[in-house]
Amino acid sequence: MQTSTHSHRTERRSRGGLLHKLSLASASALLFSSVSFAAPATEEVNTTGLAVTDDTVKVGILHSTTGTMAISETGSVQAEKLAIAQINAMGGVLGRKIEYIQEDGASDWPTFAEKSRKLLVNDKVAAVFGCWTSASRKAVLPVFEQYNGMLYYPTFYEGLEQSPNVIYTGQEATQQILSGIDWVVKEKGAKSFFLLGSDYIWPRTSNKIARKHIEKLGLKVVGEEYYPLGHTQFNSVINKIKLKKPDVIYAIVVGGSNVAFYKQLKAAGIDMTKEKPVLLTISVTEDEILGIGGDNIDGAYAAMKYFQSLDNPNNKEFVAAFKEMWGDDIVIGDVTQAAYLGPWLWKAAVEKAGSFDIDKIKAASPGIELTTAPEGYVRIHENHHLWSKTRIGHAQKDGQYEVVYETEELMEPDPFPEGYQ
Amino acid sequence: MNKFSLGNILPRQDAMYFAVLAVLIVIVLPLSLDIFRLNLVGKYLTYAFVAVGLVLCWGYGGILSLGQGIFFGLGGYCMAMFLKLEASDPESTKIQSTPGIPDFMDWNQLTSLPWFWEPFNSFPFAILAVLVVPTIFAYIIGVAMFKRRVGGVYFAIITQAIASILTILIIGQQGYTGGVNGITDLRTLLGWDIRTDSAKYILYFVNAALLFACLFVAQYVRKSKLGRILLAMREREDRVRFSGYDVSNFKIFVFCIGATFSAIGGAMFTLQVGFMSPSFVGIVPSIEMVIFCAVGGRMSIIGAVYGTLIVNWARTTFSESFPELWLFAMGALFIAVVMVLPNGLAGLYKNYVEPRLVLLGGKLKQQWASRTTPVSVSGGQE
Repeated sequence: MQTSTHSHRTERRSRGGLLHKLSLASASALLFSSVSFAAPATEEVNTTGLAVTDDTVKVGILHSTTGTMAISETGSVQAEKLAIAQINAMGGVLGRKIEYIQEDGASDWPTFAEKSRKLLVNDKVAAVFGCWTSASRKAVLPVFEQYNGMLYYPTFYEGLEQSPNVIYTGQEATQQILSGIDWVVKEKGAKSFFLLGSDYIWPRTSNKIARKHIEKLGLKVVGEEYYPLGHTQFNSVINKIKLKKPDVIYAIVVGGSNVAFYKQLKAAGIDMTKEKPVLLTISVTEDEILGIGGDNIDGAYAAMKYFQSLDNPNNKEFVAAFKEMWGDDIVIGDVTQAAYLGPWLWKAAVEKAGSFDIDKIKAASPGIELTTAPEGYVRIHENHHLWSKTRIGHAQKDGQYEVVYETEELMEPDPFPEGYQ
Repeated sequence: MNKFSLGNILPRQDAMYFAVLAVLIVIVLPLSLDIFRLNLVGKYLTYAFVAVGLVLCWGYGGILSLGQGIFFGLGGYCMAMFLKLEASDPESTKIQSTPGIPDFMDWNQLTSLPWFWEPFNSFPFAILAVLVVPTIFAYIIGVAMFKRRVGGVYFAIITQAIASILTILIIGQQGYTGGVNGITDLRTLLGWDIRTDSAKYILYFVNAALLFACLFVAQYVRKSKLGRILLAMREREDRVRFSGYDVSNFKIFVFCIGATFSAIGGAMFTLQVGFMSPSFVGIVPSIEMVIFCAVGGRMSIIGAVYGTLIVNWARTTFSESFPELWLFAMGALFIAVVMVLPNGLAGLYKNYVEPRLVLLGGKLKQQWASRTTPVSVSGGQE
């Protein structure tokens, strides 16, 4: 009875949340059995000609190490290298050491497509950890689907996508947004919101979801504005904010523009340490605060799934290992942590499937759980996104966030949210 | 009066350069490279269209355009719009709230196809648009600038500004253009899957054929009276004007040719790479294309092709070997070329390689003559 439900639901590719309980049981059973694997023969675990030998397996790392995105993506590269080093120290995957081939996407979307093709076609890597911006993901997606590769994508993003060839280790928009707005309404008594962001698909889609949610709660959006990436003149919007006096400034400004935005906000006399207006962002991680300066963003709130200050044993270990490998002054943001999950989730999927074959990994991935994640427990949903908790952080002068709230339950990823489109 | 005979347009030496390049592109590269690398070469060659156009505009006409990406992008977008519409049939987009329109429109709450997308359902229209839209745009820019005698640095700055404006426009109107992401996930051309290996081979050769067609047109312009007027204009614009020529019309014409070449390159780029994005329209790619042309030698249309191939090959190789340092290597390459080779690779060839070849050729002839049994000529050096 149960098995028939199982196969039926899989066929329908249902996005419901019931399946995980079933596959969870099978996942953990398989995980235990995989421990006894002692380096199975290469022809058994690799039937499609990937770069797997008797003692090594090649994977790709594809991020921008040059260009405007390098600042953001460097943390992801570091996290992925750390995870790979740790996995190798534990004996590798199915008895094989991971070797990585790193390619530079150069903050240029066509280059990402070219390099991903190189990794899949020439190097035959077993998995790729990479991409950061939505644009780069959209550029490589057809390549991964055509050559049947596996991409572990770390960034929080807009949703509206669900590829069998991608595992989305960051949060999709609803996970980040809904609980953040609920929190600010409940805790801060917010009634009116001013939405602003950089002008591309992620901020626009996110604000669309935010607006629908705010209006569903019967509250008001008093303004919505977008500025091109790299924009540095925010005085006119700041004047509008002062005029409209919203309870919440909901900011999804991205990249270098953040520095100008928060400095100008402070210079215009909007003090975020005061009760109103509350500034709530979903785009500023500890990495961005390095550029903005702790003083300029002191008092703002951020809604995301990970903060470096998270108080749990997994995270303490992770932060210590990260600092040991990359230096003491380094900060770790949400995406960096999500990038760190990539190699671990891939390892778990390979071991559960008992094979490096992409199709088997795709089938094995839903239901995989990670209890050692720095953010706490995560699990892969049927739709290839992660179940994860959302936290609210309160920015401090020292550039860190103090965690003031955490959702009780794991948030279900819902990349195609009905009623929010 | 055989002024326009092949021999006049393509003298023996130039014919040899054409032949060597043709052998390289049509025979050597396809035989020696796997399909992945060959597809990359195909992509590089689409930039060569722009570089060849720049040789005419800049090398001959003295018009330095830092906005050729505009035309490359327009050509590419016209092609991408057609391919995107074909990829967005109601069946494959049924997950959207409005099936049958491109996915990015759906994400931006558009519920019907905008009017200017409608004609791109037709393939003949799309091909026409690839050629005509950028050319008309170039014509408008040309008339506005050259009729007012705007030239030199001012023209370069204005083309940059236009490239920048167009990028901002494309990014800002993401519901209509796909924004920063561009137009992605293009699959078929009239039902023919452009992502397969065989399609890539075919597209590569189509691309090569078109490039040679453009090279031939460029060669024709070079050798015609128009080419000489362009050179004269570049050296002494006033004298040409006082001799009774309408300088601006010649400039507009050559600028339009450059734009058409770029547009063809852009359309072939979209077909071979499978997407188009605003990152080819802006200032940086436009300047890069001028660099390709400079490396090749700005007076040599064949040199422009080699320059494009070499710079892009170096870029790919450096970035694969040194993912964190490759930009420095590229910078060093450009500085070296400009300092050591002001006339680019073509200058290097003319000054150093060719005299030696002539010398060598002479010696070989002597040797052959001194032998009793003449050896059949095997083509000698490459």
